[in-house]
Amino acid sequence: MTRKRQIKLFEPALVNAAVRQSFVKLNPRLMVKNPVMFTVELGTLVMLLVVLNQLFTGDATQGALWYNVTVFVILLITLLFANFAEGLAEARGKAQAESLRKTRETTQAKVFSENSNRVHSVPSSQLKKGDVFICEAGDTIPMDGEIIEGIATVDESAITGESAPVIREAGGDKSSVTGGTKVLSDRIVVRVTTSQGETFLDKMIALVEGASRQKTPNEIALTILLAAFTMIFTIVCVSLKPYADYAGTAITIAAFISLFVCLIPTTIGGLLSAIGIAGMDRALGANVIAKSGKSVETAGDVDVLLLDKTGTITIGNRKATQFHPANGADVDSLIESATIASLSDETPEGKSIVELAAVKGYRHPVTIGSQSDFTYGLPNSRIIKFSADTRTSGIDLDGRIIRKGAYDAIRAIVEKNGNPFPADLKAIVEKISANGGTPLVVAENNKALGAIELQDIIKPGITERFERLRKMGVKTVMVTGDNPLTAKYIAERAGVDDFIAEAKPEDKMNYIKQEQASGKLVAMMGDGTNDAPALAQADVGVAMNSGTQAAKEAANMVDLDSDPTKLIEVVEIGKQLLITRGTITTFSIANDVAKYFAIVPALFISSIPALQALNIMDLKTPESAILAAIIFNAIIIPVLIPLALRGVAYKPIGASALLRRNLFIYGLGGIIAPFIGIKLIDMLLGLFI
Amino acid sequence: MNTEILGIIFMFLLTVLLAYPLGKYISKVFLGEKTLTDFMAPVERSIYRLCGIDPNEAMDWKQFLKAMLTINLVWLVYAFFLLLYQDKLPLNPDSNPGQTPDLAFNTAISFLVNCDLQHYSGESGVTYLTQLLVVTFLQFVSAATGIACLVALFNGLKEKTTRNLGNFWSIFVKTNTRILLPICIAGAILLAFNGTPASFEGKDSIITLQGDTVLVSRGPAAGMIAIKHVGTNGGGWFGANSAHPLENPNYFTNILEMVMQMVIPVAMIFALGFYIRNKKFAYVIFTVMTVGMLWLLIPTIVSELNGNPAIEKMGIAQATGAMEGKEVRFGPAASAYWSIITTIISTGSVNSMHDSTMPLSGMMQLLGMMVNGFYGGCGVGILNYYLNIIIAVFISGLMVGRTPEFMGHKVEAREVKIAMIVTLFTALLTKGFTALAAYMVAHHPDIAWAVKPSGWLNNPGFHGFSEMLYEYTSANANNGSGFEGLGDNNVFWNVTSGFVLILGRFIPIIGPVAIAGMLANKKYIPEAGGTLRTDSFTFGMMTFAVIIIVTALSYFPPLALGPLAEYFTLKTFEL
Repeated sequence: MTRKRQIKLFEPALVNAAVRQSFVKLNPRLMVKNPVMFTVELGTLVMLLVVLNQLFTGDATQGALWYNVTVFVILLITLLFANFAEGLAEARGKAQAESLRKTRETTQAKVFSENSNRVHSVPSSQLKKGDVFICEAGDTIPMDGEIIEGIATVDESAITGESAPVIREAGGDKSSVTGGTKVLSDRIVVRVTTSQGETFLDKMIALVEGASRQKTPNEIALTILLAAFTMIFTIVCVSLKPYADYAGTAITIAAFISLFVCLIPTTIGGLLSAIGIAGMDRALGANVIAKSGKSVETAGDVDVLLLDKTGTITIGNRKATQFHPANGADVDSLIESATIASLSDETPEGKSIVELAAVKGYRHPVTIGSQSDFTYGLPNSRIIKFSADTRTSGIDLDGRIIRKGAYDAIRAIVEKNGNPFPADLKAIVEKISANGGTPLVVAENNKALGAIELQDIIKPGITERFERLRKMGVKTVMVTGDNPLTAKYIAERAGVDDFIAEAKPEDKMNYIKQEQASGKLVAMMGDGTNDAPALAQADVGVAMNSGTQAAKEAANMVDLDSDPTKLIEVVEIGKQLLITRGTITTFSIANDVAKYFAIVPALFISSIPALQALNIMDLKTPESAILAAIIFNAIIIPVLIPLALRGVAYKPIGASALLRRNLFIYGLGGIIAPFIGIKLIDMLLGLFI
Repeated sequence: MNTEILGIIFMFLLTVLLAYPLGKYISKVFLGEKTLTDFMAPVERSIYRLCGIDPNEAMDWKQFLKAMLTINLVWLVYAFFLLLYQDKLPLNPDSNPGQTPDLAFNTAISFLVNCDLQHYSGESGVTYLTQLLVVTFLQFVSAATGIACLVALFNGLKEKTTRNLGNFWSIFVKTNTRILLPICIAGAILLAFNGTPASFEGKDSIITLQGDTVLVSRGPAAGMIAIKHVGTNGGGWFGANSAHPLENPNYFTNILEMVMQMVIPVAMIFALGFYIRNKKFAYVIFTVMTVGMLWLLIPTIVSELNGNPAIEKMGIAQATGAMEGKEVRFGPAASAYWSIITTIISTGSVNSMHDSTMPLSGMMQLLGMMVNGFYGGCGVGILNYYLNIIIAVFISGLMVGRTPEFMGHKVEAREVKIAMIVTLFTALLTKGFTALAAYMVAHHPDIAWAVKPSGWLNNPGFHGFSEMLYEYTSANANNGSGFEGLGDNNVFWNVTSGFVLILGRFIPIIGPVAIAGMLANKKYIPEAGGTLRTDSFTFGMMTFAVIIIVTALSYFPPLALGPLAEYFTLKTFEL
């Protein structure tokens, strides 16, 4: 299973780094990228000038000095809080990446030089794309690459957290090795496939560190929305000056800036980039390397999910589940014959027959020999291996000719030898097929004994995951090489919505294109080279880390765990990312209601006493009201940091219900919370003012 | 329940009852299905032939807007010159003078943009010729322009993916021939039978009981009064608008005019449901808008029925509620109802003087215009509401974890940008110009050239501030009603409100039509399980919240300084 890289939210080392960043990020050139917080910075600067002016000239028209200084300090703290949120998200991302990067420490690579035909040692940091290196047992693989020769067991726990070693071999779909993993046995020759600094891990590190973080389309749209809100509230505040002139009220600069800072959506403005970084960070925490922030976000929109049956929905291979003797045959002799015929059968199906027989109480007396002894401890025997032509396998032993295989193949053998094929066996075979199983008919000496039922075993818990996906509005599609009947049965049992039976590689591609043509977003997971075109075509393609280089290049995410159900987590991370932005935006805007009621009466109370009626929170003095509002505005940012970094929980309860829920919590909550918060702060301030 | 309230409920139910079939009919007209008015087809065909229009030519959103803006510019120039030289033209039995350039600028724009803010009085400021060929003509075409632009939005929503929003000319002509004209003819006849003048003769003179001779203005008014309401225009034939006994003679005509002005805005909502075959979407919009209306209406009725505490304190009984500025034949409840309806649907005609309503009522009238999308004006109401939908779709899309989409089209940065620019302009025009006026009054009260002949404000204090706010809010919302205490016929008010009028009209039309065109052009995404349904009441609630928090609340500071300050000050009389 996934090893979650858990880092404590406020890990001291990270907090220190984030605090440093809070000050570094005050640099206006960095700040300008975030229009909301940039205007706060401008406001802070103006307050600084007011304070300085007051210090040097003693000008008292702008209110008491302590008051102006306090406003300045609170605004500065607001900025620092926002920077801290971003800094902390970045620090966490870095820490996350660091734990991966540790695997990247420079090692010596045994580079094979084709010119001199000799091997010499080169630091891994100097490897170039196309170089060929050799790894033997005990070596750490210096760089991502593709095996061109040999087979080896590799310990990938540094990357995946999975302790069981995996086999990697040249050719086929398991030819790719990752830098930092360790060869446990044998020897492989590997060609470097990526240049320095361009491996998936390098890209991911750059993404979480913010260096190459580009804003996603949704983030851009949200930034526009927030910038427009900021401009609207600029108009609200600037136009207030002539209104006040008309009403004969003097409003201090501090009050103007406070009103402005409170009204603009600083909460979401301050947390926006932290949310984005945290999303990438969560993906990495799930051991998924995303090539861009956009792909994580797109994952949240996925409508259709393509999953391979084998390994994802069902456990590896079919298993024998039942022996069905034909009429007149006895079950024990069926079991005995089937077992003998399967002892030498190395396929998972064959092994499962022997296992099932053992469960039924039958154990063949012979001890099973070594693999190189093809008689398997059975003297005078001849093993018949399965072939696509005969579609049967079996054994000739002491005059017994035992065969097992597909129904029509065995039937042909039986009938060719002049024996009748039992009518009830035909019925049994049909029944097994109808139940989604695969019948294996056993015959001895050209007489049919009965059938073995092979069934796909559906992974425990997978049905619940599909149910969850359905509630999220994602359609699941199973891809399998089985015949349509079997496929349909498994699809129903596992709870997938659709299936592609007898699938050829191009079928996946066609299915994706067809769904996309009708406007759907399709995600798929794949590992083989023949999956690469479909991975590239899919809107979200996740390649397994164990897969080929071609598949990894074509995909926009790589799953380090090579866990086929990982897509479900990726979809949830994507949705969480959007939800967190949406809910904090709503919260931020809803907060304005209370802030209006705190500040507007405070501005005019001296000249229009009747407006005291608008002071529904009964705040003590105009100064304490304004200070309470901006203090609340500042501290709400760190209060929401945990939410921003962890993300708002996604509940698959349907879009409308989810909207109601989030609207209730963050909308209504956003209206009520500041009323309480501002009142409490005002009461607290009342002790000092 | 008292009769006055029952009268309001009756008017509202009658409107909805008529609006539903009318909506179905409107949808049929624009879908090109068979209707009762197909006999107008030859008339339309001859108009197309005469103007060289190909009614089947497809238009994308840019072409559509280009056609709309071009013809509006032509009308503007035409109206301006006619008003300027009306004294030299025929049909002027009362020998009224030509308008000054600033007044003509304001008046021409005002009627072109369906606002009908009048800085003149109908009896003396215009002639019969300009009443008919400028005022009445523009009342028809401006209403039809609004409806045509809304039909462009309908077309964008109806098709899965299309560039074609329909043909502006054909939709425009059909709006006139199939919708506005038939309703107006029926309405005008009913009005004429109830005593509204319909003659070309000049002023009549009567001798009152006291023996004084009084000159009474007349004119071919009935037709104009019909379209003034049907087209949600609002500009009156007479200066006192529908409070005038000849413009709105009795309670029956009051019901008639009320229903006439509200029926198309409401019908367009139902038409939307029929047209795009999603009735639930229309019902949700209708519900949200009705809730919005009630939110404004109920406090208004209550405060008008309760009367003025300052008068109460003087020891004068107010059995009938606050009667200042109201007509005895309508009473405070029907006047309150009219004042809210006329402000939310951008008609701006009045049957009582809003300047004299209670401060809280004034605030509700202001809010109705600030939102300008609870039903809203002919066509433009739903276009305004649509902008709020786009913002609501965007925020709620994020809240459910899916890239926001509306009716199968992704709402992205470009659409959000346009919606926000329009919202920004609304804020800038209303608040910015009110600020300019407040600044001028506070710092330069003595610049004579700008404020001749009428001066800045007739009322100082909070109420004066409300008057200024009302003027620009009304202009921006293309409403046209006014707090008449403002001395509004001078260069300053004429020119500034003229600019607010024209920007407040066309930006909120261009924006939604452009968004509709862009969205319709995008790839269609069929609804999936995770799609947020926009025809649900949950989403309706979200849209309502956006309207209240984003739009209405941003007016809190000026409202506090104007009507709220006045309201709370007045409340102190109750003690």
